[in-house]
Amino acid sequence: MKAKKGTWVRIHNIVLEPGQRAPQVPEDTKKVAMEMWDKGFLLNEEASIGDEVTVETYIGREMTGRLVEIEPYYTHDYGRCIPEILYIGRQLRELLQEGQ
Amino acid sequence: MDRSMSYEAVMARNNEIMRKSIGIDFEQFESGSIAFDFERMMEETGYCLEEMIAIQSETGVGNTPLLELKNMTALARKYAPAGKGARIFLKDEAANPSGSFKARRAAISLYHAQKLGYKGVMAATSGNYGAAVASQAAMRGLKCLILQECYDSQGKGQPEIIEKARKCEAYGAEVLQTSVGPELFYLFLIHLEKTGFFNASLYTPFGIAGVETLGYEIADQMVQRTGRLPDAVVTTNAGGGNLTGTARGFIKYGKGGDKVPMIGASVNLKGLHMASDTQFNRKSFTTGHSGFGIPFSTWPDRSDVPRSAGRPLRYMDRYLIVNQGEVFYATEMLAQLEGLERGPAGNVALAVAFSLAQEMDADQTLVVQETEYTGAGKHIQPQLTFAKDNGIDILIGDPKEEISGKNIILPKDPSMIKAVDLDLDRLKAMYIKNCMTHRQVSNPTPQDIQFLAEDTKSTEAFVKSVIEKNR
Repeated sequence: MKAKKGTWVRIHNIVLEPGQRAPQVPEDTKKVAMEMWDKGFLLNEEASIGDEVTVETYIGREMTGRLVEIEPYYTHDYGRCIPEILYIGRQLRELLQEGQ
Repeated sequence: MDRSMSYEAVMARNNEIMRKSIGIDFEQFESGSIAFDFERMMEETGYCLEEMIAIQSETGVGNTPLLELKNMTALARKYAPAGKGARIFLKDEAANPSGSFKARRAAISLYHAQKLGYKGVMAATSGNYGAAVASQAAMRGLKCLILQECYDSQGKGQPEIIEKARKCEAYGAEVLQTSVGPELFYLFLIHLEKTGFFNASLYTPFGIAGVETLGYEIADQMVQRTGRLPDAVVTTNAGGGNLTGTARGFIKYGKGGDKVPMIGASVNLKGLHMASDTQFNRKSFTTGHSGFGIPFSTWPDRSDVPRSAGRPLRYMDRYLIVNQGEVFYATEMLAQLEGLERGPAGNVALAVAFSLAQEMDADQTLVVQETEYTGAGKHIQPQLTFAKDNGIDILIGDPKEEISGKNIILPKDPSMIKAVDLDLDRLKAMYIKNCMTHRQVSNPTPQDIQFLAEDTKSTEAFVKSVIEKNR
């Protein structure tokens, strides 16, 4: 899939490579890069996932990075059923009503 | 000066970038040693209470409802000894425009930014503050850039933080998201320098003073409602600004407001390193936790300004912690007994209050000083789903056996919600030691000793004894 100029996209950058991490960072974090994501309107005529592109962010700044998503959207939700919490409400109402 | 963008070069320009982006010369308050003139900094750079009330009301911030939690009080009394069980009140800060008390902080910062002529504002936060800044920026026509630590190296993001990114974008902000690491501050400096925006830090005098109206309102509402000031105020503590501002609001209220005990509350995340890539997603709270609360209490000047205006040990009378399972249970309690569905992170103080009320007399009152909005991601279900997906066991039993990063233990019944005291003297001693280490002072001056006594709500004798041990 290709994105055309003006499409809302998400870009990715490496801020610091593993060898450039700050001295106070824990060992596991030192082994990985520090990454950054941003979003904006594509300024290139056309681009595919993985291309280096330039975007204009929502507040009008130019940022460059690797194209990782076209028309990105949120998928966070209310999670799955958590059977472990279902006792709480009933228990509380019962306890409150006890002796009343 | 090296103008390059290397980590070292940018960090070396920290002071210069800060001066331009906040418009405060912090040097003028320094003594050259450990002490600095905190009160003068708050007075000269901030606004007075009346001005802040006016500024906040311009954008619909503040004047939130104070609710009495009658069912929770009744339940707490069932577990309290005879004659015990204080009335629990809740300040419903979720009613602010951006859904949390952080709107108060952002309101003052952004008013100030606009007054100074900045075209935009920037804040580094993965919490509710981002949404607050973005919302205020929308109202004032300022551009807004939020920098947010969100993902681990596998690209997995905390659902609570992702929701806050969505909310910032909903208000027209740009959100720069990063993987785990304190070098976020480096990135923050780069973009402050590039944009020339105002640093709407949580820790400037404006950011803290904005909370004073919250303390003041609580005092006023409690007097109107019950005829007197509360006997305790419980505040969720992370960066320290919430407790500092609330306590200062009580002091400004007068009439004994300075005597009201200020209780800090954090959710216990002992053992989890906040900058660890592999532990980042093993927690179910991204704020209000001990991983911020303890380091920021014992060294507040670690923040993104040279001198933090958030100094919780200056005002705190007790510091109580609860485990994650207890806060999730309390979140259900608020929804199911009081009909108030609110975000879990804002309910840390609520869980503590349920326990604390049982120690207090039945004719006393205590106030839980905030709530926060809830929504997709920022809710008990997605947070527990995420915990399970990251290998955390959800158990029902004694929450005191909970091991952060391994399990979450929901209390078998409400009698098992028991807040635990942190040793406040130990934290005060750690703070004094940190001052000596970070400021490289082995012989504190008499002025330092006086400052440290004030900044730890202790005595000069206590400070001297700690200094002796650390010399």
